[in-house]
Amino acid sequence: MAIELYRIDDRLIHGQVVVGWGQPLALEFIVLVDNEVAASEWEQELYRMGVPPEMSVYFDDVVSAAKNLQGYQTDDRRGLLLTADIASMAQLCSATGAIQRVNVGGIHHKPGRVQRLRYVFLNPQEEAALRALEARGIEISAQDVPAARPLPLAELLNAEGVR
Amino acid sequence: MSERRAVVAGHADFAEGVISAVAQIAGRAEVFLPLSNRDLSAKDVEREMRTLVSEPNVTTIFTDLPAGSCTMAARRLLRERPDLVLVTGANLASLLEFVFSEQANAAETARYAVERGRTALAAIENEGGARRGD
Repeated sequence: MAIELYRIDDRLIHGQVVVGWGQPLALEFIVLVDNEVAASEWEQELYRMGVPPEMSVYFDDVVSAAKNLQGYQTDDRRGLLLTADIASMAQLCSATGAIQRVNVGGIHHKPGRVQRLRYVFLNPQEEAALRALEARGIEISAQDVPAARPLPLAELLNAEGVR
Repeated sequence: MSERRAVVAGHADFAEGVISAVAQIAGRAEVFLPLSNRDLSAKDVEREMRTLVSEPNVTTIFTDLPAGSCTMAARRLLRERPDLVLVTGANLASLLEFVFSEQANAAETARYAVERGRTALAAIENEGGARRGD
């Protein structure tokens, strides 16, 4: 079964992930990859409280996620892997060479970022990082919820605002 | 009725919608301060919620979904504001209980609101429509 979705979402665990994707994909575990969260018991407890009791959550920093990825990918259960930013996902892709598809699920406004979609804002460095991932053969698409059409990277980077 | 107020926070138009329902039923929309997480980062949700809970007499935060980003933001605020109470899974019945509550403190008011909201949630089957032997 393994990892059904590799998602970049700066809200990490929230309604779209747990319910929006969790129910149709019948997810049984989430791997939350974030250096800050991995270093804080309190943050981990906060996110653990956000998921239903039948769903497991594993916390990794990027380094430990790279070590543990094969185990997650061969798990009998269905899982979703989350990072809050493009850089963490890019590091994980580089370190493992074992991720074929990445979902851009939510990157919100910050100074220096340009709005591409209602839920995606990117700065030039982030756009370059996504292009670099695609150049390595990783399929990148933007899609906030399962019912939405996945937008390929070229379409995402040409988008100019709310849709 | 107490002077307590509450933030109602949730996805899309949840807060505006349920507060408009309170206004229609009880005429007391001013008790609630709405917050939508639409298109906001987790940090933005937390910042906006922090501003709202600093309004006078706000004692409680109602959120729609236990896993939602508004609930996450509220849990973070509770760490620095232990006087606040969080109610997750809020519905119209729970908000109406809050409006008319005369309980002595915010925690007790929240418990009554939860109980009222839970009681209002029911699955009602078509008792007259089923034929014998179905």
